[in-house]
Amino acid sequence: MTYLAKSPWIIHYDASSCNGCDIEILACLTPMYDVERFGIINTGNPKHADIFVVTGSINEANREVIQNIYNQMPDPKVVVAVGICACSGGVFRECYNVAGGIDKLIPVDVYVPGCAARPESIIDGIVTAWGILEEKLKNKVSSPMVSDHDHKAHHKHAQGGAQ
Amino acid sequence: MINIVWAIVFILVAPVVGGLVAGIDRKITAHMQGRVGPSILQPFYDVGKLFEKEQTVVNETQIFYAICYVIFMIFTGALFFAGGDLLLVVFALTLAQIFLVLGAFAANSPYSYVGAERELLQIMAYEPMVILTAVGMFVATKSFNVSDIASSTTPVILLIPGIFLGFLYVLTIKLRKSPFDISTSHHAHQEIVKGVTTEFSGPSLGLIEITHWYETVFLLGFVYLFFGFNPLIGVVAVIIVYLLEILIDNTNARVKWQLVVKSSWLIAAIVGMVNLAALYYLSGGVP
Amino acid sequence: MQLAQLLIFLILFPLIAAFFLFLAKKDMERALIVKLSALAIAIVSVYLLISTYNKGALLVSVIPAEPTGILMFIFEMLIAVFILYLGIVHKKWLVVALILVQSVAMLWFELVYAHSVHVQSNLFIDEFSNIMALIIGIIGCLICVYSLGYMKFFHEHHPEMPDRRPWFFAILFVFLAAMFGLVFSNNILWVYFFWEVTTLCSFLLIGYTKTEEATTNAFNALWMNLLGGVAFAGAIIYLAMFGNGIMGLDALLASGKVIALIPAALIGFAGLTKAAQLPFSSWLVGAMVAPTPVSALLHSSTMVKAGVYILVRLAPIFQATFTGYMLAMVGALTFLIASGIAISQSNAKRVLAYSTIANLGLIVACAGIGTYEAIWAAILLIVFHAVSKSLLFLSVGTVEHRIKSREIDDMNGLIVRMPKIAAMMVIGIAGMFLAPFGMLISKWAAIRAFIDVPYGFLFVVILAFGSAITLFFWAKWMGKIITVTSDSKNIEGEVDHSEWAALVSLAGLSFITTLVFPLLSTKLLEPFLMTNYGHVAQLSQDNIIIMILMLLLLVILPLSILIPQRKHKHVAPYMGGRTTTHDMRFSGSLGVQKKTVLSNYYLHEYFGETKLRTAGVWICSAVIGVMFIATVLRGVIL
Repeated sequence: MTYLAKSPWIIHYDASSCNGCDIEILACLTPMYDVERFGIINTGNPKHADIFVVTGSINEANREVIQNIYNQMPDPKVVVAVGICACSGGVFRECYNVAGGIDKLIPVDVYVPGCAARPESIIDGIVTAWGILEEKLKNKVSSPMVSDHDHKAHHKHAQGGAQ
Repeated sequence: MINIVWAIVFILVAPVVGGLVAGIDRKITAHMQGRVGPSILQPFYDVGKLFEKEQTVVNETQIFYAICYVIFMIFTGALFFAGGDLLLVVFALTLAQIFLVLGAFAANSPYSYVGAERELLQIMAYEPMVILTAVGMFVATKSFNVSDIASSTTPVILLIPGIFLGFLYVLTIKLRKSPFDISTSHHAHQEIVKGVTTEFSGPSLGLIEITHWYETVFLLGFVYLFFGFNPLIGVVAVIIVYLLEILIDNTNARVKWQLVVKSSWLIAAIVGMVNLAALYYLSGGVP
Repeated sequence: MQLAQLLIFLILFPLIAAFFLFLAKKDMERALIVKLSALAIAIVSVYLLISTYNKGALLVSVIPAEPTGILMFIFEMLIAVFILYLGIVHKKWLVVALILVQSVAMLWFELVYAHSVHVQSNLFIDEFSNIMALIIGIIGCLICVYSLGYMKFFHEHHPEMPDRRPWFFAILFVFLAAMFGLVFSNNILWVYFFWEVTTLCSFLLIGYTKTEEATTNAFNALWMNLLGGVAFAGAIIYLAMFGNGIMGLDALLASGKVIALIPAALIGFAGLTKAAQLPFSSWLVGAMVAPTPVSALLHSSTMVKAGVYILVRLAPIFQATFTGYMLAMVGALTFLIASGIAISQSNAKRVLAYSTIANLGLIVACAGIGTYEAIWAAILLIVFHAVSKSLLFLSVGTVEHRIKSREIDDMNGLIVRMPKIAAMMVIGIAGMFLAPFGMLISKWAAIRAFIDVPYGFLFVVILAFGSAITLFFWAKWMGKIITVTSDSKNIEGEVDHSEWAALVSLAGLSFITTLVFPLLSTKLLEPFLMTNYGHVAQLSQDNIIIMILMLLLLVILPLSILIPQRKHKHVAPYMGGRTTTHDMRFSGSLGVQKKTVLSNYYLHEYFGETKLRTAGVWICSAVIGVMFIATVLRGVIL
């Protein structure tokens, strides 16, 4: 077992979530669930994070933010989509301003469905994520720099969105 | 006067002790909050993890400053434990700290920039008290050498109780504990992300964590100096002081930097002046 | 006899050089004269050190005192008439009044007392004078060489200013001559003469550009220094009336405190004005309007150093007297307040100015305390301050010409835009406040000196606060310079070779002085302290080794950049996830493009210039008042 699995630091981003899933994520930090026993810390800084936890779906205002946070995280990194909106767009997927789930934009490794996702399933998702982290470390997977083709390309190394 | 053996012992043992102290700190904090908390080895896992991660930079100079920071912090602690001159130790500590600040400035990032300025404010806040502590110890024991102060039979704490309290006050700043964790903190996401360390990642962040362990051990050694006349009391005092810091950390909210600077200056000025004046009077310094 | 010739050479040779520079109209000729004379002066001042090495204080009495004295008096009167004329033309009545008082006093002295005064030896040299001569001879000359490139650039870019470079360079060298005269004179009348010449030279240099601001500030500097001159004249009259014909520094120092304290206090007051201590700090800040080499000269090797030189000279008289403590208190308060003001300044030259005032305050504090340890610290401060401060001024001058600004916030990313000059500047700043460089050694020495004296804890507390403040404003400036901006290009271009030579030499000097500091201490300072105080101060061997170790680390670590490293992945700074362009622009709300601007903290609310200066002026004036009252009372009682 590598150290990665013992110290998964997360960054949590609320894309366009209704705050339901976000409350559940915060609940994980409370004494009731106490995810810090697994070494999980909510860093709030992509440069320190290993796991990108996203709630809510993609819309015009947040697509660049999601990409930037993803790009600024050092390898190995894992994306966990929490809640049905993040997984697929949920009930909002047909909205004019919603592009769909997070995987339309960046490669998602773990899907945690639910509306809202329960803390137990969120913790389960993160536990699954650190297995993937270890695997990525072992295989020296280097993540792509993601960028929109449709939007102004700000990054020189644009390789196109995943999937 | 300089004892190389102790310096080497510090260099080898301090990270282990410092990491454990950090781990125990997190465990006790968790218990205070009614949580189970991580393993006491968690800080080692964290640093181990950081070294497994990829090193990303905003620019290459950051890494240089991080390395300088760790080297000069080790230098400071080693000089202290080898029994060197206390004032020189204080100055070396400042030099080390400046490298961290420069590393944060170098990134040209708003959050680390704010962190750097706040870090400087912190240094400005605690520096007078630290210098006065060194001076107080000199007046109490007639020596600036850590080796002499530590082995002095004078009960330093009884001569400079005021300075000890002042030192405890700024120790909270130095240990980056609430309410004075204004420049970098795990709890200040909304204002400054991670302050000075925002732009460090992977191994360089790991280095900074290790430096922090070294610093903790060095600071606890500083506390010990007040009780050097009796090693047992000294160790117990150090433990109590650290527990007290954890308690303060968990029962206070972060304050504004203005309050940090004003309050620590006020305390340094009053406590330092009164205590030193009393000492001079006792030792016949004032005619 | 050879010694006398050396001293006279150092005083007269710059004058000759000044004369030729005044005549030289072509750049080539001027450059040649400046470089050759600078070289000659530097070599002779080093040679002077070698030839007087280990000989203690040497008095020189070969010069015919009578005719020289009369000649000096005539010059003094000519200067007075010149100043009087300028004062009337510009309607500066304060200046007119002060110069009248001063001249009448000196005229009275000349007519009534001059014949009763007899000084055996007019010139002398000891270790302290030697150190001063080295500072003037090496750093002063480097600044003159630097000025060649700077002034050329200056006039190419300011065609509206009258090009008076022959005049400018001539005054520079007269200044050097006067400084040499000042530090070699044993006759107080001679010291006074050279003192007045430095006042005049600084006045002329500050007003060089002839703009309205420059003229105002020049007169501001003039009246403050003339006030000091009046006090100096008062000291001379007092000595003539009550001093049994004492007019030599050696005799004054040996005469005991009963006679010497009042004139020493008066001369000390003159020293305070010249060293720009509060309440007289504003002239030095105003002097920033002058071309940068002038600032460098005034701040590092001449002028203000004359003020502290005389105070350190007279320190044995101040030792353990109330007068001395009050003098020290003025210095200590100036250190604290001026450092505080420096935080609020965004203009690089003004930061430097306030930092100079602060450091001089520390020197004055040491001189006022007057114990051997304090004097040791004071002389170290003089040396290290001269090196670092001149380096800083000259690099700011070079940068200013390229970025067209003196604002520190405009120096953002200098390490990318002008790597070489930025490196010089970083060395200069590090030299001012970081271990193991000289200034910090000196502050350390000052702390130790203060601890050992009565009431010393007050000074220790002030010093502790002052140095914390110092750290803040230097570090934030340094941070600005080393910020790596991704969008900047290297605009360093060709630095004029004379500027470059001066910068590199000074940067080298700041390392060398720190390295040879133990030698400086044992070979020059300890003999000086031994003869004057019977004690020596020194750092322990261990500490010296540790400091050298730190210095080596600081030299070696930057070299690690040269080692080829694995390239790391570059990511943009974290901007809250916002997409940011290469030059740190991002779209704010409603899609408006914003540029990220990072500015230092200036804390105006707490360290505002007006507020602090006003407080400082009143407090320090009060302390000076108390000092004089106490001194006079003591004189009356004894």
